[in-house]
Amino acid sequence: MKSSISIDMVILLAGLLFALGIAGVIIRKNIIFMLLSVEIMLNAAGLAFIAAGSRWGQPDGQVMFIFILAMAAAEVSIGLALILQIYHQHKSLDIDKLKEMNG
Amino acid sequence: MDIAFYVTAAVTILATLLVITRHNPVHALLYLNVSLLSHAMLFYLLGASFAALLEIIIYAGAIMVLFIFVIMLLNLGKETAEQERKWLKWQVWAGPSLLAAVLFVELVILVSSSDGTAYEPAEVTPREVALSLFQVYLIGVELAAMLLMAAVVGAAHIGRHKRLVLHRFLKEEPEENVHEEEPVL
Repeated sequence: MKSSISIDMVILLAGLLFALGIAGVIIRKNIIFMLLSVEIMLNAAGLAFIAAGSRWGQPDGQVMFIFILAMAAAEVSIGLALILQIYHQHKSLDIDKLKEMNG
Repeated sequence: MDIAFYVTAAVTILATLLVITRHNPVHALLYLNVSLLSHAMLFYLLGASFAALLEIIIYAGAIMVLFIFVIMLLNLGKETAEQERKWLKWQVWAGPSLLAAVLFVELVILVSSSDGTAYEPAEVTPREVALSLFQVYLIGVELAAMLLMAAVVGAAHIGRHKRLVLHRFLKEEPEENVHEEEPVL
């Protein structure tokens, strides 16, 4: 398949997705939605890595994407276990109610 | 220019925008799944077919199943959607969105200062990826294995069903009182 893509466009797309992820983390009060937004940000970083690897024709970009994937899997499993525990203790997913550390 | 790339990019942005604005968790999750699948399409267009496969299998398959299980366990439904509708007001999201937009504009300015020459993405085959992964980055693979192991142990430890934890000085001990009172009765 013949296609020609400008690297600028891909990096801009990754940046836009990352900005959307940041906005999602900030505007949401439900922890599950915040975790989803973190996933969006990780995917945007992976897209930037893949774009760079594709630009130079090297496998390093995909290798880094695989590491990001492993990190995301670990992060999601720990995060969801924490969410379950928080819900059992507080009966709520509102982050404003979780101020027992007085932060 | 490549029309497939722009169509897929538009789908990705639209789906992501819907993820961060939906009230119902299940709807947001389904839109995130669409976003992940279009990410896989983007990876394929960039010549990274192995990464596209991994994106579908691990992200859209495994990680989304984890999210769905948690939403099922917590029984999030209509009440959560109502609560989100109350929380997601205009005053709440205007400021943060503006800040995120400023960050994006900075990135646009930075990127537009480079010379954006179009190129044809060369396909990087899984064979090259595997050779690089298990020769140059072998230590990274072992560290990732340790990270996943720690994550499994940590999730199993955190996810245990415990009762509400009080400080040890605040904890009442009813059993001893029962023992003391029994002889009197």
